[in-house]
Amino acid sequence: MSELSDRIRDVIENEPVALFMKGTPQFVMCGNSDRALRALREAGAPVTTVDILPDPAIRQELSELSGWPTIPQVFVKGELIGGADITEQLAGNGELTAMLEERLGAGYRDGAEEHVVDVVSGARA
Amino acid sequence: MAERLESLLRDAFPDAAELFVEDRTGGGDHFQVTVASPSFDGLPLLDQHRLVNRALAEPLRDGTIHELRIKTRGTTT
Repeated sequence: MSELSDRIRDVIENEPVALFMKGTPQFVMCGNSDRALRALREAGAPVTTVDILPDPAIRQELSELSGWPTIPQVFVKGELIGGADITEQLAGNGELTAMLEERLGAGYRDGAEEHVVDVVSGARA
Repeated sequence: MAERLESLLRDAFPDAAELFVEDRTGGGDHFQVTVASPSFDGLPLLDQHRLVNRALAEPLRDGTIHELRIKTRGTTT
């Protein structure tokens, strides 16, 4: 198993909410990534983002792990929730908040921080 | 290009009650697909979208689809 896929797996398994996107929260490079990020922020989720653009291998390895072909991809506690449409839909009908409360605890919004992980270098900010 | 996606979806969901593909920007690479099919009855949203992704695997892989929006529902609700 490559170092890259180990890092991707590590993010999925260990970050409470992981968003694999095009760009960063400061500089979103795609409309669907933006929709997913907005939906997660509105729900007050502690989002850890990974930019898939720096290396095409990131997206390849990610889609192999998840079985999901498109970006963005949202994971909660290691489980794939879906892309932008599903995340938006779940946010709109309240299911996203309910899921976050169930899986992360009722106080998940308290002190929720955003992080960015660079899976090429392994840096986390 | 929308026609190609629609025909792939028709093959995958021959009994669809509603099926259409919209080229969102007119550029032939940003699409909104909407499918209502009994194939989705009782399936979680994630699995419904997986079926659509599978039907469109080729255009997703070869880069024809730059951005895809999916809306699905079963036919019993």
